[in-house]
Parts: sequence; C-alpha cells; structure tokens
Amino acid sequence: MNPLQLTHFTATSCIGRGLAPTLQALRERRGGLAPCHFERAELQTWIGAVAGVDDAPVRADLRDFDCRNHRLAQLGLTQDGFADAVAAAATRYGAARIGVFLGTSTSGILETELAYRQRAPEGGALPADFHYAHTHNGYALAAFVRAYFALEGPAASISSACSSGAKVFGSARRMIEAGLIDAAVVGGVDSLCLTTLYGFNSLELLSREPCLPFDVERRGISIGEAAAFVLLERRQRADADAIVLLGIGESSDAHHMSSPHPEGLGARLAVESALSAAGLAPGDIDYINLHGTATPGNDASESLAIHALFDGTPCSSTKGATGHTLGAAGALEAVISALALRHQFIPGGIGTRQPDPALDLHYVLESRDAPLRAVLTNSFGFGGTNCSLILGRADLTHERSARR
Amino acid sequence: MTVLSAYVDGVGVIGPGLANWSQTVDVLTGAAAYVHAPAVVAPPAALPAAERRRTSRPVKLALAVGTEAALAAARDATTLCAVFAASGGDGENCHAICDMLAGEDRYISPTRFHNSVHNAPAGYWSIAAKAMAASNVLCAHDGSFAAGLLESLCQVVVDAHDSLLIASDTEYPRPLSDVRPVHDAFGVALVLAPRAHAGSLARIDVQLTDAPATILASSALETIRLGNPAARALPLLDMLASRRAGTVVLDYLDDLRLRVDVTHIDARLGSAQT
Repeated sequence: MNPLQLTHFTATSCIGRGLAPTLQALRERRGGLAPCHFERAELQTWIGAVAGVDDAPVRADLRDFDCRNHRLAQLGLTQDGFADAVAAAATRYGAARIGVFLGTSTSGILETELAYRQRAPEGGALPADFHYAHTHNGYALAAFVRAYFALEGPAASISSACSSGAKVFGSARRMIEAGLIDAAVVGGVDSLCLTTLYGFNSLELLSREPCLPFDVERRGISIGEAAAFVLLERRQRADADAIVLLGIGESSDAHHMSSPHPEGLGARLAVESALSAAGLAPGDIDYINLHGTATPGNDASESLAIHALFDGTPCSSTKGATGHTLGAAGALEAVISALALRHQFIPGGIGTRQPDPALDLHYVLESRDAPLRAVLTNSFGFGGTNCSLILGRADLTHERSARR
Repeated sequence: MTVLSAYVDGVGVIGPGLANWSQTVDVLTGAAAYVHAPAVVAPPAALPAAERRRTSRPVKLALAVGTEAALAAARDATTLCAVFAASGGDGENCHAICDMLAGEDRYISPTRFHNSVHNAPAGYWSIAAKAMAASNVLCAHDGSFAAGLLESLCQVVVDAHDSLLIASDTEYPRPLSDVRPVHDAFGVALVLAPRAHAGSLARIDVQLTDAPATILASSALETIRLGNPAARALPLLDMLASRRAGTVVLDYLDDLRLRVDVTHIDARLGSAQT
C-alpha cells in the first residue's frame, strides 16, 4: 500500500493526558490502574480511569452531545495542539476533503444507563434531556468530532469491538486512496460504563488485580478508557523521522463470538497481510506492541500467531499500564507505537512480573532505548475481528523504494 | 468529483411486506401490489445449533440477507470481504441490559453481553460463512446504509476485492423507541464487484452530493424508507428492480448524500444498456 503519514497524533488515557505524560509514564514504567470505584459497579476489579473526565462539559454549541464519552473525546482533542493541526488541515484541503473515522465499542451508552435510572415512575419514559442520537448511538462519536471541527467530509464510527480503533486506519486509507478525501481524523474513544464492566464480568474475564499481560499468573483484563487521535494524510515531508503507516492487515477468525481462534489463525492472517501490504518481512519489525489483554486465551492465541512468523522480536503489551481501552485500544496503541518510533524506545510491559514461559516470547519488562524503524501493533476483538498495523519511520520507506 | 464504480452481482432484502429480492422486485415494479405485513426473519441454517440458539433477530436478519445476496451472485461466501452497516444493535437486548444495570441485580448474562456488541452480525456471519476475509462494521445513524456503501465501494475500487455489504436495523422496545423510533426490521445486502460478471445486474457509479434524497412514489414504501435506517437503500433497490438506467440520491449525513447512477447490464449481451 502507499504509506500514509501520521502528521499529528495525541493520546489521553489513565497514564496521562497528552503525549508528554504518556511517554514519561511508559519510560518510567508507571501504570495508571486503580481499584474500581466507578458509578455503581460493585466489582472486585481494577480500572484505568482518566482523571477529571467529568470536570468540563463539551463546548456549549455542542451541548446535546454532552456525555462522558464526548467529554473524554474533547479532553483528548485539546491535547498536543491536535485541534489546531486539524483546523490547519481543514484550511489547507477544505472541510469537505477531510474524513472522520473513529472507533468506539460503547459510544455514550453510559448516558442511557443513567437515563434508565431516571425513567418516569408512570409509563417509564426516559428523561426529556436525554439525547439518544447525540450520545448513545454509535455514530455520535464521529458526529461529535466532525461537528467539533466543522468538517464536511465523509464520516462513520467503526464499532468492531476491540479492533475498532485500528480498523479506522483501514477505512481512512481506502477513502484517501480512492480520492474521496485528502486527510482523515482517525482514532478511538471509549469510556467506562457499566455495560462493559458487568459484561466482561459475566464472561469471567475481569482480573481481580491489575492485569498481567503474558504473565504466568494472568487472570484477565482491567478495563480502561482512552481518547486517541491521529491526523492521517498522504506523505507530506521527506523528514526521516516522520512516522508513517506502512501496512494494515485485517481478518476474521470465523471461530467463536468471544474466544479467539485457539491456534491464533485469524491473528496470524492479519499480521501476514499487514506485512505484505507494507512490503516487509517479519525480520524488518523491531518491536511488537501486542494486543495482550491478559486473558489466558488471548495471550496464548496471540503468542502462537507471533511464533508462527517471528523469531525473538522484542514485544510487550501496554495494557498493563493503560488497561484495555476496548474500542480505543487500537488507536491508543498506534499512538504509543508512534511514540516508540519517534523517541526510539521499547515500552516495557508494565504489571507483568514473570512472563509465561509456555508462551515463550521475547517479552520486554523494562523500558529501554532501541533503534526502531518498524513497529507492529495488534488489535483483536470480540467476534473474531483482527487488525494489525505496521508503523515505521519515513527513512525506512525511502530505503524500501530504493531496494525495488 | 470523485466517482466510485462497482458492479452489483447479487441482492438480498427483507423488510415489512418484503420477503426476498425477487418478491421485492415484483412490488417495486408494480407487478405485485405491496401488502403490509411484519418482516419475517428465518433462523440461519448455516450456524451450528448452539450458536443458532443464541442469535438475536438482528443477527438472523443480517445473515439471511447476506446469504441471499451471496447465493444470487453465485459467490463462495468464505472469500468475500464484508461490510456491516447498522445504526443500532439488538434493541431488545440493549433495553434488557440497561434495565438490569439500573436495578439492584446488575449481573447480566454472558449471552446478553455477546449479543450487545455492534459487530455481533459480523462475528456470526464469519462463523456461519466460514469467512476469514476482512470485514468492517460501521455506524452512521440514519446514514448507515450509505456509509456502508461507501466503505464497500472503497474495498472494491481500492483493493479490487468483491465486497458483501450488509445493512440492517431492527426496532427498539419502549422506552428507547420513544427517542429512537425504528420501524420493524429491514435488511439489505449487495454483492459488489470490480468487474462485470455474467450475472451482473447493474453498474453503479457513486459520488458525494448535496442534492436532496430521492423520495419513493409509493407512500407505503416511502414510509418504510423513513422508518428504518437500512431502508434508506430503497431508492437504489427501486432503480435496480426497474432495469432502467437512472439516478437516485441516498440519505447519508446531515449535510451530505450519495448520488448513485445506475446502468443496467443485459445478461445476454454482457454489456451496459444506457
């Protein structure tokens, strides 16, 4: 595929608002998980809540959109000069030439959960100030961000569970390549709600302690929340240190709704097709940001997929730091991978104490500097949906085209 | 203006009073009168019994129209890339979850959670069709069909893949239906291909527009179009059924719509009839 440039990006999660604190937390191996005291969730689990999400409502002209998910989105958009970068792109290309593709699994469903507690005693009507289309509906996130920037191009929310935040790159790539748009705001926003907390609890997938990806004692996930955004454009500059999207691979397990393929076949197909799209061999990948949810099944299945293709490539899951941010995870981890490339370091897997010898990966526990030119990041989800992204430094693409 | 083109090789449809594509063609062309009746959605035969028991009405609907379109296009469903477009998910299930979470016993069941994800139709489709190819799952509120059509066209045009588009939506119960009225169930599936085949029905050329959406002449069908996000596809289905060349405009976002130019393919000649 033709590489696309991540001209601007930002991430807000429980380890920090914006890139600088995120980078610092990863370098210093500081996670953001804490015991769950969210809403009426009476569950013995840990969560990755973003501090101060509810402090500021959404912009006054967008007040119908006001809900936790969009407050988190707005908090994310206002970090790292991201909003200015989008405004500049809109001036450059025209508002109609910028698409919006954002991943979310639960959108603003918390608003509906809260509204259900305020149903009218007679007849059960929802409160009058409840705005379904602007909060609960899956499209609400993309609509909010499109309205926030007064963009006029194509838009959609992508909701393929925990691969959503990665798949948005695929939709944006195709639309840029087709010539419908010149740039896209992509990313993912998912926020805490009772549906996912009690839902994952029902599947017995919540860890009772902070999650331990790839650890011999891993017992499940810690749910987090995040807003991560990327402005994706055609190659802009020849800067050697620009971060580019080199490859995307998508596949389906066709196996089970909530268990990954036991041999990691779907995951392997996604990684293989990302490598093929990037024109790279497994040996060209310098670091793998694993999906690594810390469920026994995911990590075992993912390790088989990695083993089938790679030989000792350093890897880690950053979900030990951020928790599993579900529909935002793919975008958050793409931004973390971009940070790793920009700052030339491998983030150690926070939380994990003893990597499971049965999984036998080169699992990195301590963050360390390393020359990175290409990074693979995996996102897999419920329903057997898989998406792998390969990001790289621009100098790698120069070399690759010279080799041809 | 960028134009995306593809060939329509198969159609599947289920809606109120619309049982399948061939009966819908009769209704749309006036060969048969429209008789209003609740949409009938059969359980998917291709799923293993355990999975079939768990599937919700939206999943059954998506699988039924997807299967009809793939069969009509004579495609092996295992190889098709797929795009799933829906405004909402399983409304009854969503209501039950929110109701439980508002109460004192908040321990929802695993099946409820399974069926709550927006990509439940995509997951079950891949299992039923043994399809390991890429799929995507989109939502654009009332414009979900058009968003899915654009995504499918991009798969066809950019990646030169055949693409199965499945758009479907079903009703919410009260009280959600007060704030999001979705009428009954409507599902539509199209197999889109980069090149014409012997069985291709039509070529579509699609571009963004701000022209107003096409309104259906039949008030009964126009009511269906406005009553369910997936039924926003009806003007396109009407043009496909008519076997006439023409242009329709489909609802997409508040300020953006899709213009679709339809050119029919004569099956005997394998060439476009304009």
